[in-house]
Amino acid sequence: MFDTSNAKKLVEVRDLKMHFPIRSGLLRRVTGAVKAVDGVSFDIFEGETLGLVGESGCGKSTCGRAVLRLYEPTGGSIKLDGEEIAHAPFDKLRRLRPKMQMVFQDPQASLNPRMTVAGIIGEPLSEHSDMTAQARLDRIYELMDAVGLNRDFANRYPHEFSGGQRQRIGIARALALNPKFIVCDEPIAALDVSIQAQVVNLLEDLQGKLGLTYLFISHDLSMVRHIADRVAVMYLGKVAELAPRDGLYDEPLHPYTQALLSAVPEPDPTLHDEANRIILQGDVPSPANPPEGCNFCTRCPKVMDICRRIDPEFREVKPGRFVACHLYAEDTNQTAANAAEPIGA
Amino acid sequence: MPDGATPFVLDVKDLKTVFRTRGGEVHAVNDVSFTLKPGELLGVVGESGSGKSVTMMSLIRLLPMPPAEIRGGRVMFEGQDLAKVPEETMRAIRGARIGMVFQDPMTSLNPVFTVGYQLMEPLRKHMGMDKAAATTRAVELLELVGIPDARRRLGDYPHQFSGGMRQRVMIAIALACDPKVLIADEPTTALDVTIQAQILELIKDLRQKLGMAIVWITHDLGVIAGIADRVMVMYGGQVVEQAPVRELFANPQHPYTRMLLETVPHIKGARAEKLRVIQGQPPILAKAPESCPFMARCPQAFERCARQNPARYDVGNGHDAACFWDFKTGAPRDV
Repeated sequence: MFDTSNAKKLVEVRDLKMHFPIRSGLLRRVTGAVKAVDGVSFDIFEGETLGLVGESGCGKSTCGRAVLRLYEPTGGSIKLDGEEIAHAPFDKLRRLRPKMQMVFQDPQASLNPRMTVAGIIGEPLSEHSDMTAQARLDRIYELMDAVGLNRDFANRYPHEFSGGQRQRIGIARALALNPKFIVCDEPIAALDVSIQAQVVNLLEDLQGKLGLTYLFISHDLSMVRHIADRVAVMYLGKVAELAPRDGLYDEPLHPYTQALLSAVPEPDPTLHDEANRIILQGDVPSPANPPEGCNFCTRCPKVMDICRRIDPEFREVKPGRFVACHLYAEDTNQTAANAAEPIGA
Repeated sequence: MPDGATPFVLDVKDLKTVFRTRGGEVHAVNDVSFTLKPGELLGVVGESGSGKSVTMMSLIRLLPMPPAEIRGGRVMFEGQDLAKVPEETMRAIRGARIGMVFQDPMTSLNPVFTVGYQLMEPLRKHMGMDKAAATTRAVELLELVGIPDARRRLGDYPHQFSGGMRQRVMIAIALACDPKVLIADEPTTALDVTIQAQILELIKDLRQKLGMAIVWITHDLGVIAGIADRVMVMYGGQVVEQAPVRELFANPQHPYTRMLLETVPHIKGARAEKLRVIQGQPPILAKAPESCPFMARCPQAFERCARQNPARYDVGNGHDAACFWDFKTGAPRDV
């Protein structure tokens, strides 16, 4: 497994906030905000895969896009290779773009239907390099070989390919500029089970060969266990737990992680009999109107009084394991007492 | 036996559905046969394009015809052949004797009518209830599927419900007329895992209370392992394997099922360094298959597979597989 002890931090995200304004009324005044990402911090080490999991609407995709500055973040800092990009001006950002790329969820929607495969894969090259036409074509062929696409298909259009092959085109495009860091936003969610393994293995092979760093966003916890070195679990705009993969799956600390893992149905009928499922009640609250205190307090099976008042701090409770939960506060009673004071006073 | 001759609530034999498109024919369902016992939950597993949904839509005749055309087979339900009955009879059966739940609760509920109206519609149409009786029954149904404050929520519109709650409403509508068979087409695919877990618990609970037979279509082997009594695996418009759930997972006899089980990563237990890959693509069903549809991707394929499409061979324990290779002897089947 990936050793983080002497690895270099490639991406450092601190207190990232991405709020989308809600406008209403005749004058479209801002009357609130959807706090899609609300104070998220994590590091990604060079050469590792950080899995980012959570249910729909938890902010994982927004987080991935904000990290690449595809949105203007509301607050916080994002450093890529030591350079601040959260508020970098356009020309600096453009210079940094080749280092960071993205693979999108829906290969149908993310490939221009009127461009050929060669055009799609070659576009970043013509945008960010001054290669000759011949050099560009050579590079396109090289990329097609790398992702397992037949060179003869270079002049075909995306609709002529299957879902798995289209995702390969998207991956080749992301690789064109030799990036260091790739955000994979649900790259396999739209694919069939038998095709998913092909794409995941390709991503792993490329990582080995090219030393890539991935932020792998997915709702598929089993697949994340396969591909990720460390995993961050998001809930309602915040990271609930961040831990090395084996630690997280063997001994989840946050009650949400515990419930999430226990809800995944295993493809084995005998395990279902033994499974002691935690069935969460209710639904995820709206990110426009999150509950007071811990944002999981409305559904948490282990909820305490303090959880409804104070938002737990995201902190390291064991080496490498970060949790935002009052159950793991250094001294729960002490914190609870402190919290009670202002209410009594 | 209530249906006279047959112990099955549903008995489908050699069903064949073809789509006629401008680009030629697509043979989506090829000689599919299966049975459903009273109270049984049959899981139907397959990838997109394997024909699992089209099979079920064909038997309740919910496909647009044309382009779809049912080219053969029979579907015995309560002593009638649904492939032949007039549309009027079919309409009386659909939604009443056979309930349906679809994947996306947002697109299958009408956004401009209240949930109460949509829930009472089958009660009034099929059961001839008056408004008061239908309202009482609708409240009962919403309570049955675990929607709190049911009476008040009858007046709400679908957008006022969350995804999981909408799917509960869909289930309530499907159960409204006390169907004998419920066809559920990927009912939890659009839902998050924690909400999926809620719906699966609900279905287990309802089965005990109501005892209807269910056909559950999904691509998720995990869901199937948890709720099905029996599983049917489809590939290329055909049934390639069928067995009781434990038998299938413990002892798969078709190479496709075997590889599919190996290709999915697990959340517990040993973690493979590399995922097993099924190379290639599913077949394009432009004509009726003359060879095994899985041949091109099959590690076990041999010369016979190219000449002949295997029938489903009985391998014991209520288990059959459409493959010429016998995994028990490690040699081609002697048939």
